[in-house]
Amino acid sequence: MTELTESAKGPDAATAPTAAANNTAEPAPARITQWGEIRHRFLANKLAVVGLVLVALLFIVAAAAPLIATHDPYAQNLANTLQEPSGDHWFGTDALGRDQFSRIVYGSRIAVIVGLASIFLACVIGCILGALSGYFGKAVDSVIMRIADIFFAFPLLIGAIVIILVMGRGVLPVIVSLAVFSWATVARLLRSSILSVREMDYVTAAKALGASTTRIITRHIMPNSIAAVMSYVSFSVGTAVVAEASLSFLGIGVSPEVPEWGNMISAGKDSLGVSDFLWVYPSSAIVLTVLGFVFVGDGLRDALDPKLR
Amino acid sequence: MTTTEKTEGAAGSAPQDAKKSAPLLDVRDLHVEFKTRDGIAKAVNGVSYSVDAGETLAVLGESGSGKSVTAQAIMGILDSPPGRVAGGEILFHGQDILKLPESERRKLRGPKMAMIFQDALSALNPVFSVGNQLGEMFRVHQGMSKKDAKAKAIELMDRVRIPAARQRVGDYPHQFSGGMRQRIMIAMAMALEPDLIIADEPTTALDVTVQAQVMDLLAELQREYNMGLILITHDLGVVADVADKIAVMYAGRIVETAPVHELYKRPAHPYTRGLLDSIPRLDHKGQELYAIKGLPPNLLRIPTGCAFNPRCPKAQDVCRADIPALLQVTEQDGTELDGRGSACHFWKDTIHG
Repeated sequence: MTELTESAKGPDAATAPTAAANNTAEPAPARITQWGEIRHRFLANKLAVVGLVLVALLFIVAAAAPLIATHDPYAQNLANTLQEPSGDHWFGTDALGRDQFSRIVYGSRIAVIVGLASIFLACVIGCILGALSGYFGKAVDSVIMRIADIFFAFPLLIGAIVIILVMGRGVLPVIVSLAVFSWATVARLLRSSILSVREMDYVTAAKALGASTTRIITRHIMPNSIAAVMSYVSFSVGTAVVAEASLSFLGIGVSPEVPEWGNMISAGKDSLGVSDFLWVYPSSAIVLTVLGFVFVGDGLRDALDPKLR
Repeated sequence: MTTTEKTEGAAGSAPQDAKKSAPLLDVRDLHVEFKTRDGIAKAVNGVSYSVDAGETLAVLGESGSGKSVTAQAIMGILDSPPGRVAGGEILFHGQDILKLPESERRKLRGPKMAMIFQDALSALNPVFSVGNQLGEMFRVHQGMSKKDAKAKAIELMDRVRIPAARQRVGDYPHQFSGGMRQRIMIAMAMALEPDLIIADEPTTALDVTVQAQVMDLLAELQREYNMGLILITHDLGVVADVADKIAVMYAGRIVETAPVHELYKRPAHPYTRGLLDSIPRLDHKGQELYAIKGLPPNLLRIPTGCAFNPRCPKAQDVCRADIPALLQVTEQDGTELDGRGSACHFWKDTIHG
């Protein structure tokens, strides 16, 4: 299409396309905003839509947990323990006779809160430090990146145990420990992305056409650097959900009576091979959640890159 | 005629018949250096040239001859550090813009001077539609509304003859062909109707048929808006049709200046002659292609004397000792040739010999 009219040359050819384009009878196709374009590309990706549905489902369940749950997730019924899934208890009951379905539904709240909050925190820290590192370079860069290396090298679980020992058990310490050990990746991603984008011709070109430093950063450097971070964020929410469940599974996350997926799997591991429904359902919840975020992350990465269509 | 001006700043100031007002752009004795790990690279060593409104100056030279760096210094977009302007003046509308604070210089870029880059694909921001980027010029510099800016963008795209501009205004740079992209680049540079445009190898990335179209378009717009145009290129073929005068650069200096056709007819510098001889010619089919011997000098260690001497077939002892100034070129009878200068001790032999 483009090449066709490329051969237009000289004054006569000049008027032809001009006239065609001035013909206002032909309405321009509705191709509105940048975000509209991204949304369009995102929704064209089937896996991304599946991911979005999964993630949306998770949010709905978490928000409407009291409406969806069939029982009180804390209510014990010692006369009714370890029941197989049935009409009354869809996912069965655990060793204390608590309704598994309701516990999984309520467990989604912790997953959502911890997943989003920890990664949000990690992003704020990571983006600020990564941007500083990328823009200023030199000493600032070296210092920030060495600190990032330390956090990068430190094993998450051991670090989390230390933080939880200091702060005590609960949701907040889990969020903090996950954030503290994920910001380094965000910072590194953003930094390296900025470093390469900063050298691009369009940054020089923007400068040559009179763009201010703020404008160059906000219009040219950031939008082109952030894509790498955006998709990582979605991936890592999934990772954070797993990490949070692992902490609870190990008994250092939220307290065991709280309905939480890691807690449930931990309790279910004792009945492995006997009452498998105890760990299968919470594990599935985790798997679906992670898949959802991974698919969304994938879709975002493709949608944000205009060259990957 | 002031001979001092002749020796250094010959390119533009040549025809001083009527007392003309100051040229649009007057670069005087510009020096640019780059700090590198191995020392200071002298990229530009005393370049002087000038461009008038409506005039096209072609700056010709190999890679590393300093032609782009000079342009970056004029635009004020040198990477500094490591680069810095080490001396000289850049008079734009008679005012030395090197003395202006950065905020003032930024205001010149866009409305007063603009630049066209070699590779339009990488010089356009991939995440915004071309309409958005074209419109940005009006939104930022003239405070236009989004809607008006978009209308202006379409108008500009029409102006550079992009077919179906209205339909394509929302497309992204990668959706256009190379020639179309370069047109968009040109449209962006022209948007605010600057007085001076610097085109840094605007056609190098394009195939030959498209090259001619883009050059024609550029020349046409330049005439229409009466802009000064500095055309940086290493392609002698591109230059011939559009340029008024040529400055040939070598190792950060201007070695020859001349009105365009004069240069092709009678080069007055061995380097220019070498360049012209190395153009492949159909009527020399079967013969070996001429090439200038050796490599361009390392800017960290520019040879003493004339920088071209190690590669020059005519080099004598004086060439290795003294740097030749840009000398006024004359006919054999001594009449001065307008706008012609050569930085060669033996220019007489070269042009008349």
